[in-house]
Amino acid sequence: MNKLDLDWKPLALAPLLALLVLPFIGSPSTWLTLTVAGLAMGMIIFIIASGLTLVFGLMDVLNFGHGVFIALGAFVATSVLGAMGDYTGSASLWQNLLAVLPAMVVAMLVAAGVGLAFERFIVRPVYGNHLKQILITMGGMIIGEELIKVIWGPLQIPLPLPEGMRGALLFGDAAIEKYRLIAVVVGVLVFGLLLWTLTRTKLGLLIRAGVQDREMVESLGYRIHVLFIGVFVAGSALAGLGGVMWGLYQQSVIPQMGAQVNVLIFIVLIIGGLGSTTGALIGALLVGLMANYTGFLVPKAALFSNIALMMAILLWRPQGVYALSK
Amino acid sequence: MISRLLSNDFPRSRVLAVLLLAVVLALALTPFIFPGVKALNVAAKVLVFVVLVASFDLLLGYTGIVSFAHTMFFGIGAYGVAIAFSRIGPTWGALFAGIAAALVLSFLLALAIGLFSLRVRAIFFSMITLAFAAAFQTLASQLSELTGGEDGLTFKVPEVLSPSFELAAEPFLGVSLDGRLICYYLLFFTAAVLVLALLRIVNSPFGRVLQAIRENEFRAEAIGYRVVVYRTTSAILSALFATLAGAMLALWLRYNGPETSLSFEIMLDVLLIVVIGGMGTIYGAVIGSGLFVVAQSYLQDLLRLASEAVSGLPWLAALLSPDRWLLWLGVLFVLSVYYFPTGVVGKLRSMRASAPRPPAAGEPRPVLK
Repeated sequence: MNKLDLDWKPLALAPLLALLVLPFIGSPSTWLTLTVAGLAMGMIIFIIASGLTLVFGLMDVLNFGHGVFIALGAFVATSVLGAMGDYTGSASLWQNLLAVLPAMVVAMLVAAGVGLAFERFIVRPVYGNHLKQILITMGGMIIGEELIKVIWGPLQIPLPLPEGMRGALLFGDAAIEKYRLIAVVVGVLVFGLLLWTLTRTKLGLLIRAGVQDREMVESLGYRIHVLFIGVFVAGSALAGLGGVMWGLYQQSVIPQMGAQVNVLIFIVLIIGGLGSTTGALIGALLVGLMANYTGFLVPKAALFSNIALMMAILLWRPQGVYALSK
Repeated sequence: MISRLLSNDFPRSRVLAVLLLAVVLALALTPFIFPGVKALNVAAKVLVFVVLVASFDLLLGYTGIVSFAHTMFFGIGAYGVAIAFSRIGPTWGALFAGIAAALVLSFLLALAIGLFSLRVRAIFFSMITLAFAAAFQTLASQLSELTGGEDGLTFKVPEVLSPSFELAAEPFLGVSLDGRLICYYLLFFTAAVLVLALLRIVNSPFGRVLQAIRENEFRAEAIGYRVVVYRTTSAILSALFATLAGAMLALWLRYNGPETSLSFEIMLDVLLIVVIGGMGTIYGAVIGSGLFVVAQSYLQDLLRLASEAVSGLPWLAALLSPDRWLLWLGVLFVLSVYYFPTGVVGKLRSMRASAPRPPAAGEPRPVLK
């Protein structure tokens, strides 16, 4: 895509939504709080959804079991953070980070390892058959969720934020929770890294080419399969990272969280267009903002607002905002 | 006559025919052969599942699209009956009003979901139904004034169907002729009519087009069939039949709550039964439901025994705990999709097909396989 035919309309959606609700919310400081919260939630959802959308774009595999990696990441984080009580209890942000960073790394490694096994045993035998893929990955999701229950127990586990990340910063009248700022920073870092990899490296070039035309990349001599496994594992690791972020955001984890987040991710992917990374970002931000605005304005309609949003987008662009030309 | 009833779609395997006959006879005579409340409850559950699974098969097996909102329509039917009975009172009018309202709601929802998702690609349908099912489940618990929230609704059914009603003072063949028996046979005949209707649908020209779309969407479109229209119609029909199955469930249980009709576990059961029974064969729903519901009623007991037997190994005991039976269902599901994709019916039919024999006159040749 060169600069001339940049499709700018979808990019304007998130700011437009934010401006549209401003009169309904009234006070600008509340609006700022909600908007930052929405952006933070959107960034976390994007981290989770990015892997899934790439896997779909590259290999035409829709993984309904993606949610398992989210839950897995979050549960690994409870174990790691629980073992590092000294660091999480300290009021210093740096010491907290010393606890959270290893938790993230371990969660990503575990999710990546499980992702590798998942690809080998669950997904690989059913390439090219959507029907079986949906059934099998859904089965994998259920097995994974039950195994999490076997290991960590079926109950909700609290995942308290480390001391130094609690509380809010005041900008004028607007209170912004520290953790949400951290989430935005992590999200922007991941997005930047992803964007850099995809647009500035040879690996990213191959991935994007594979999304456009898999056969052509294969016929040029690249092993698309190895590439795909790499993307699948990286996507799983990102889901694990997202799980840690999401768990800390909710401050508790339950085995069913994977299935719950799965629903959000699917809405994001449908809004963004299956396979599109930029689309996933736009979808995630829209969903995050929408969830926070409606949570404030009409709390009961929170989940329906996302579905309504998805319907509206589909009326405008039936394939999602950035459709792959396939 | 039989050929008309079965819409010319015979079991096409002697073993299968015997099995089917056995299931149907067992269901028809349950109150007389297997005494006891539990057996009757299991049989009624089988009847409900036969309709529910057969309606799902229309979508999954014949049209080739996966819906995760099938329990939503099932729940709409159950809630329709439950709400009508608790609001209007235990009359037949309430029953029909409830079913009619539920059918209208299901129709509109299925139409909306179908039009929005199926015009793009079938995979959207799976994702969107998943979102809808989750939202509907939340909605059902939130509207507690109407639905009774998490507690659900307990209600009375028309007097003729209630346990206190006596048809005759004397027991017949050792079975007291009460309202439960009448209710059971009402369910039995409803299920029979609905399954035969589904057989009629899948063997109609419309059903053939669905199969053509399943096999090759592009080619079907090229021949001139509007794929979106056919898929959406199939989704609507399937939703309506599921709604009726839900109404049957509520009528039998005289109770409905989110766990009984909306939970994702039921969705998993339905998926498993379709795959085990055989996708794309309505008969698979009958065989599968019979096998599965009976097995399920006793599987948890079996797991408990196994778990106690290995209590020396805590991690193995945790794996085998009766609370984890969903894990084993999941494993069973994945293994069936891999190694047993045509299900019981498909296996039995292919066993016969391997024996060389010219097709009999009037027998439908396997089209588009």
